[in-house]
Amino acid sequence: MPNLSATTPFKLITGGAALILLLILTIGTVIAVGTATTFNQGLNPSDWAAIRFTLIQALTSAALSVIIAVPTARALARRQFRGRHIMVSLLGAPFILPAIVAVLGIVSIWGRSGLISDGLTALGAQPLNIYGFTGVVLAHVFFNLPLATRLILQGWLAIPSEHFRLAAQLGFSTSDVNRQLERPMLRSTIPGAFLLIFLLCITSFAVALALGGGPKATTVELAIYQALRFDFDLSKAAILAMIQFYLCIVTALVTLRFARPTDFALGLDLPPKRWDGTERGARIFDTTLLFAVAFFLFAPLISVILRGLPPLLSLPTQVWPALLNSVSIAIPAALIATLLATALAALITSLSKRTATFVESIGFLALAASPFVIGTGLFILINPYFDPFKLALPVTVAVNATMSLPFALRIILPALNRAEQNYGRLGASLGMTGFTLFRLAIWPRIKRSLGFATGLAAALSMGDLGVIALFAPPDFATLPLTMYRLMAAYQMDAAAGTALVLVATSLALFWAFDRGGRIDHHIR
Amino acid sequence: MKNLILAAGLSAIASLAGAQDKPVLTVYTYDSFVSDWGPGPAVEKAFEATCACDLQLVAAGDGASLLSRVQLEGARTEADIILGIDTNLTARAKASGLFAPLSKMPSALDVPVDWTDDTFAPFDWGYFAFVYDNTKLKNVPGSFQDLIEADENLKIVIQDPRSSTPGLGLLMWVKTAYPEKADEIWAALSPRILTVTKGWSEAYGMFLEGEADMVLSYTTSPAYHLIAEEDNTKSAASFSEGHYMQIEVAGKLKSTDQPELADAFIDFMTSDGFQSIIPTTNWMYPAKFPQDGLPKGFETLITPVDSLIVSDTDAEKIRDEALAEWLTALSR
Repeated sequence: MPNLSATTPFKLITGGAALILLLILTIGTVIAVGTATTFNQGLNPSDWAAIRFTLIQALTSAALSVIIAVPTARALARRQFRGRHIMVSLLGAPFILPAIVAVLGIVSIWGRSGLISDGLTALGAQPLNIYGFTGVVLAHVFFNLPLATRLILQGWLAIPSEHFRLAAQLGFSTSDVNRQLERPMLRSTIPGAFLLIFLLCITSFAVALALGGGPKATTVELAIYQALRFDFDLSKAAILAMIQFYLCIVTALVTLRFARPTDFALGLDLPPKRWDGTERGARIFDTTLLFAVAFFLFAPLISVILRGLPPLLSLPTQVWPALLNSVSIAIPAALIATLLATALAALITSLSKRTATFVESIGFLALAASPFVIGTGLFILINPYFDPFKLALPVTVAVNATMSLPFALRIILPALNRAEQNYGRLGASLGMTGFTLFRLAIWPRIKRSLGFATGLAAALSMGDLGVIALFAPPDFATLPLTMYRLMAAYQMDAAAGTALVLVATSLALFWAFDRGGRIDHHIR
Repeated sequence: MKNLILAAGLSAIASLAGAQDKPVLTVYTYDSFVSDWGPGPAVEKAFEATCACDLQLVAAGDGASLLSRVQLEGARTEADIILGIDTNLTARAKASGLFAPLSKMPSALDVPVDWTDDTFAPFDWGYFAFVYDNTKLKNVPGSFQDLIEADENLKIVIQDPRSSTPGLGLLMWVKTAYPEKADEIWAALSPRILTVTKGWSEAYGMFLEGEADMVLSYTTSPAYHLIAEEDNTKSAASFSEGHYMQIEVAGKLKSTDQPELADAFIDFMTSDGFQSIIPTTNWMYPAKFPQDGLPKGFETLITPVDSLIVSDTDAEKIRDEALAEWLTALSR
C-alpha cells in the first residue's frame, strides 16, 4: 500500500512530544526511583510467585473478557431494542468504580452473604465461595468486559452498512456474514482489546488481594507497594517496575503482530442496518446473553447505588470541594490525553508497519506503569527543585492524562487509520492538504472516537488516586481520596454516598464527551 | 486548557502563601486523622488557640507511608513533626537518622507499658482484637486455639501485613503469643480466613456487609458503634493469650525550622486539650486519660488479660521471620 499519509515535520514534532512525555513518566520515573538509593535486596521466591500469579490471572481475565465481549458486542450491534443506548452508555460504569467500591459491590452479589448465596441457602444449598482465583477473575471480567465490549462494538459499527446490504442481497447466511465481514473486523480489533485488558489486570492489586483470598493472590503491584512503603527499598521497586514494563512490551509486540487492519471498501456512512442474524436461534441467543451480561454488570452497580442513595442528602461538606477538584483535574487531563493520543496516532499512521507497531507498543507502557512508582519517581525528580505541593495540580493532570493515553490511543488509532486510508486518499486526489484535509476528510470520521476517548479519559481521571496521594497539599483532596479517608474514619455510609457521587459524576462526564462526539452524526 | 492548569497551579500557590505571616508548623499524619470525623480539625483549633501559629496537618497516606514519605524527602522535608507511626516502625525511623530526641520525656502516661523511648512520644494506643456482631455470632472464640477449632463456617477477614498496620499487628500478636509455633498457628488458622485485604477499610467494610463473621480491628471499635451510632451489636472477642498493643507516636524531625514550636506541640499532645479529643475521633485510648475520665461507653469495652508488645528493636528483628512464616503458611 502506498504511504499516502507521509511523516510531516508537524506530525513528527507533536507525536514525538507525546512519546517523550510518555517515556519520561514511565521509564524516566522508574530510573529516578531505581537510582535514588543503592541498597538492594533483589528478588526472593515470593516475588517470583507474584510474577507468575500476575501473569496467569491477567491472561485468564483478558481472554475471558474478550471471549464474552465478542458475542455481546455482536448482539448489541445487530439488535435494536429499547434501552440499548442506555445499556451502551452504562457499559462505561463498572470500569470507573474505585477498587474498594467495586469489591463491596461484587461481594453484595457473589459473596457469602450476597444475593446469589442468599438464594442458594434459601433452597437449601451451600452459599457460594468465590474467594481465590475465581474471585480475582470474576472481578477483572466485571471491570473489563464492558470495556472490551465497547471497543469491539466500535469495530462492528465501523463495518460499512453497504456491506451488510450486499451480503443480504447475495443471500449470505449468518455464518457467511461472520466469515466475510465479522472475522476480519475481529482480527483487527481483538488483539488491541485483549492487550489493554491484560495490562489493566497486571497492575491490579487491591481487588486481586481482597477477592483472591490470601497471599497466594499476590500481584507484582503489591510487591512494589510493599517495597516502596514498608521496606523503603526503592531499587527493588524499580526492578519490579521494569519487570512489569518487560511483560507489557513483550505481550504488546506478540499481540499486535496478530492484528491485521481491515480492508473494507468505503461506505457512505449510512446508519447501520442488519439483515443477518434473524434466525430464531440467533435471536434467542442474543437476548439471553444480553440479559445475562446486564445482570452480571449492573447488579453490583445497583447495589452500589442503593448503598449510596440514603447518605446522599447528609454528605459531609468536605465532599463538595473535593468534587470540584476532581472535575477540574479530570477535564483538562482528558483533553490533554486525547490531544496526545491524536498526535501519537497521526505519527503512527505515517510510519512503516514495523516501526508503527513498536511505537504503538510504547503507547501501552503507561498501563503497565505502577502509579506508586510514577508518583514516587516524579517526587524524586521534582522535590530537589520545586515544592511538590505547589505542583500538585499540574502534576496530577499530566499523570492522569498519560495514564489514560493508552485507552485514547486504542480508540483513536483505528478510526484515524480508516479515515486516512479511505478519505485521506480521496482528499489528496482532490488536492486537499494540511488543515483543510483534516477538517473535511478526517475530522468527521474520527470525532466520534475522539468523544469516546475523551469521555473515557475523563472518567478514568476522576477515579484516579495513585499520584495525588503523594502530592496533595494540606486542605486539598480529590473525591476518591476523600472517600478513602471517610472509610478509614469508620464513616462507611458517608463513603458509600461519596462513591455514588463519584460514579455519577464520572458517568456524566463520560456521557457528555461521548455524546458530544456524536452530535451531527447519524452513525450510532 | 493551558490557562486552566495555570490558574489551578496559581490558586494552589496562593492558598499556601496566604498563611505565611504566622509561623507554620507542618505535621505529616495519616489520612483518617485529618478527615472531618478524625481528630485533625479539633486538634488544629485547640493547638492554634495556644500558639499564635498555623498548624498544617498534611495527610500522607497511612501509618507506614508516613515514614517512607519523610525518608523520600530526606533533609529537604517540609515536615516538622510526623504523627501516627506505631512502635513497630520506630526502630527503623530512628535508624534513618532523621529524627531529633524529645526535649523532655513524657510523664504520667496511661499507657500499659513503661515509656522509655526518648525520640518518640505516644499520643494514643489500643489493642488489636477480632470484632464480631453479637446478635449473629454465638460461641464466640476466646483464643486463637478456639478460633482454630471453631465451626468450619466461621470466617474471619484480616489485613495483609505487607500493606496494612493492623495486618502487621496481627502478625506480631500471633508471633508474641506463640513464639515457637507461629507457623503452625497460621497454617491451622488458614481455613478460617475468608480473605486478606490491602487495608483496614476494605476488611471492615466487608465485615459490616455481613461477608465475614469476625474482622481484625481494635477492642475500641465497638465504642464507635455504641457512641456514634447508638448501636450495641458490635463486640470485641477477648482472647486468653492476651492482646497485642498498638502504640501510636509522634516525633520531631532534625531538619525542622520550628524546633520550639515542635516541642510545644509534642507537649500539647499529651495535654488534656489534645487527649480529650482522641477517644471519640480516633477511637483509641488516649495516652494520658483526660481529667474527666474516658467518655461514657468506653467502660463497656473488654479489658485484655494480658497486654502483649515487644520493644521496637525486637519488632524490627521479628518482623521478617514472622512475615516469611505467614506467607508460607497461607500460600499452601
